[in-house]
Amino acid sequence: MQAELIDIRNHMAQFPPFDEMPEELLDQVVGGVEVEYFRAGTQILEFGQDNTWLYYIRSGAVEIFRRSGELYNRIGEGDIFGQFGLLMNKTVRFPARALEDTLVYRIPEATFQYLFENDHGFADFVETEDRSRLRSALSRREKSNDLMTSKVTRLIARAPVSAPCTVRLQEAARIMTDQGVSALLLMDESGEHPVLKGIITDRDLRTRAVTEALPSETPISDIMSEGLITIRASAYIFEAMLMMLHNNVHHLPVMDKDEVRGVIALSDIVKYESQSSLYLVSNIYHQNDVKGLKKISRDVPDTFVRMVNEDANSHMIGSAMAGIGRSFTQRLLELGEEKLGPPPIPYCFMALGSMARDEQLVVTDQDNAMILDDSFVPEEHDEYFLALAKFVSDGLAECGYTYCTGEIMATNPKWRQPLRVWKGYFTDWIENPKAEALLNSNIFFDLDGIHGNIGFAEELKALVAEKASHSQRFLTLLARNALNRTPPLGFFRTFVLEEDGQHRKTFNLKRRGTAPLSDLIRVHALACGSRAQNSFERLKVIGQTKLLLEDDLGNLRDALEFISIVRIRHQALAIEDGRKPDNNVRPEDLSPFERSHLKDAFQVVSNAQKFLRFRYNAQVGRNAQ
Amino acid sequence: MPSNPEGPSSTPNPTWPEQYHELAQQAKSPLLKAFYEAGCVDPDMPMSDVPLVALDFETTGLDPNEHSIVSVGLVPFTLGGIQLGRCWHQVVRPQLPLHQTSIEVHGITHSDIDKAPDLNEVLNKLFSYLNGRIPVVHYRDIERPFLNVALQWRLGEGIRFPVIDTMAIEAHLHPDRRPNRWQRLLGKKPVSIRLADSRQRYGLPHYASHNALIDALATAELLQAQIHHHFGPNTPIKDLWL
Repeated sequence: MQAELIDIRNHMAQFPPFDEMPEELLDQVVGGVEVEYFRAGTQILEFGQDNTWLYYIRSGAVEIFRRSGELYNRIGEGDIFGQFGLLMNKTVRFPARALEDTLVYRIPEATFQYLFENDHGFADFVETEDRSRLRSALSRREKSNDLMTSKVTRLIARAPVSAPCTVRLQEAARIMTDQGVSALLLMDESGEHPVLKGIITDRDLRTRAVTEALPSETPISDIMSEGLITIRASAYIFEAMLMMLHNNVHHLPVMDKDEVRGVIALSDIVKYESQSSLYLVSNIYHQNDVKGLKKISRDVPDTFVRMVNEDANSHMIGSAMAGIGRSFTQRLLELGEEKLGPPPIPYCFMALGSMARDEQLVVTDQDNAMILDDSFVPEEHDEYFLALAKFVSDGLAECGYTYCTGEIMATNPKWRQPLRVWKGYFTDWIENPKAEALLNSNIFFDLDGIHGNIGFAEELKALVAEKASHSQRFLTLLARNALNRTPPLGFFRTFVLEEDGQHRKTFNLKRRGTAPLSDLIRVHALACGSRAQNSFERLKVIGQTKLLLEDDLGNLRDALEFISIVRIRHQALAIEDGRKPDNNVRPEDLSPFERSHLKDAFQVVSNAQKFLRFRYNAQVGRNAQ
Repeated sequence: MPSNPEGPSSTPNPTWPEQYHELAQQAKSPLLKAFYEAGCVDPDMPMSDVPLVALDFETTGLDPNEHSIVSVGLVPFTLGGIQLGRCWHQVVRPQLPLHQTSIEVHGITHSDIDKAPDLNEVLNKLFSYLNGRIPVVHYRDIERPFLNVALQWRLGEGIRFPVIDTMAIEAHLHPDRRPNRWQRLLGKKPVSIRLADSRQRYGLPHYASHNALIDALATAELLQAQIHHHFGPNTPIKDLWL
């Protein structure tokens, strides 16, 4: 070893198993070391890969996984890994990934074998799994969130418990008691293969059977829930959680193609990871007043930053933030109904814009509306719904969702109307479109029912899907609006910056990037008769109709993801620095990598706008900005 | 991919491989001839394949025409790994008297130097490290000019080669690193592109000792981190060398 490398030897000499090693031996070890740097998130060792090194962490942190993908350990400075593979047959048994930027010293296998045979302390150390070491490492785990990286299949504890849907009430209850499950799957066994038909839960037995004193011989098919909400076996746990919260169900059958793999319950998720950031969401439902919600809402920016640091993609972050916003709204509606009494007629509370698209970030205002039952009589009912809308809107403002400057809120009487009026609005927008009016009603074409009679919102979605694709003039005007905002790219691919005002020398990633993209994707989606709201989902539907080429779709997807992620990171950085997050970016704050890829992404937006203009024959009008 | 930090002028015409070829014909010293004949990698070669050598000199001052080299540290490496066993450090006897101030900086004393060889005596070894590799330095205005002047004295001819400058990369990534007066008032701090401060931004450890070998190693690690963060292993070398 070169004497000058004493720094490295001294570092290793602080940590077991090197701390007890004779100096000359340690010098020899250092002389054989190779140094390598891994960026946070990089896979260092893959399962089954050949490995001929023992790894020593000089700086950073590494996650060690089991073969199943389950987290096994988190280790840091001075820890070693790779030893189990070296002891077995030089293939990796525990995959490893850099959790932080990590510098490792790699010790060659020959040195490892030499140490193993000649240094008892070393051999003992690498052979035994030191429990206390493991425990101290796991205490650092709050940094990461397993919901983001673990699949729902991890929560399946047992094979699904099912019965034919011909069983009687009492028999179903008996099976559930015997098997100790809170939900029973009911199968249609008339065909060749049994098909999942419905589900019955403990709660159903309580509310539907016992309360109504049904006879024990009632066929279970009379009271089971049909039209099941299920989840793919490949989905992540956070998706399952959002799905349960979104649909207000507590059990989800997990499907592998047509086959049921098992059932997961909300309580499984809560039990699994009570420290998680998305635990915030379920916590929202335990708050009993606006004050409590406001307190929780202060954690939202942290949740956002944590997800960004965990390298979640923009779809995950957008749906998680929208899910959180939706949960605040739903809980406020529940609290409002408790305060004001049950609604006099059925209604549906709608989210609009980014929340409906599952593309929400932290900088956001509230866009919402109310659909009332057609039996609505203003003199009798409106006082209640105005009070409810005001309660929710004020509550949301308390929780950081600022009032909509365009007055697109359920507190505005124009946007608190019976279903038939809403149908009239949409029919008029689509069949007699006017450019100016459409510009303001754009946001209503991203809509999602989030509370009450969701069916009302579904009716509107169906109406839009049915009518929009047939109105060429509507599509043309909508396309023209989608061309109003151009990407900030000049001739010679330079960034075009805002010239005046507070945001001089910046460009706006939302106004010039994600918004034009979601606008143009919306036009194509409506032309295809799609009912999807999320931009990525809309692209999928557009792909099925062959309106765009596969390559163009891929480019649009990548461009949306890239611009969104740069925007998300920009906001996360601001939050971490204690600044107010915004969408205005200075080119010099971007890495050369980001700059170059952003230009590519904006070029995609620009090309897609050209195609839109051509496809819908939409010249930009005088009102272009 | 990011463009060359200094624009097209630093990818001179003819290319480095062509220049090496030409310089090999002209060089009189067998050492330099062998150096150029070992060739220069293709400008399009991805960084993952390029044989590199981190290079650091401790010197008696900053002016190559007035000051001398006191020690050299060389760390051959690739993007995939740095072999500590192949590093080399050598104290050499400077041509000029040691200044008290420089002793304080690098800690090399008169008695170290009295025993040390002249650079001339270790040139063979030095070139065995340089041949066929692209030098990596932190601040290109030290190693390249000092080596050029030292060889002119000893061999009667200078040397030319491309370098990757980890400091120039940091400077490029932080063009606005010095806040103006107004920004300073608002508490904005300057971004330091010194070796230790740059390393900190990539989560690299602090190295306590200050000598040519550790600095060369620190530079090699920094380049690995920069490539993984900003460029990727497939970046052609021509995007990065100067």
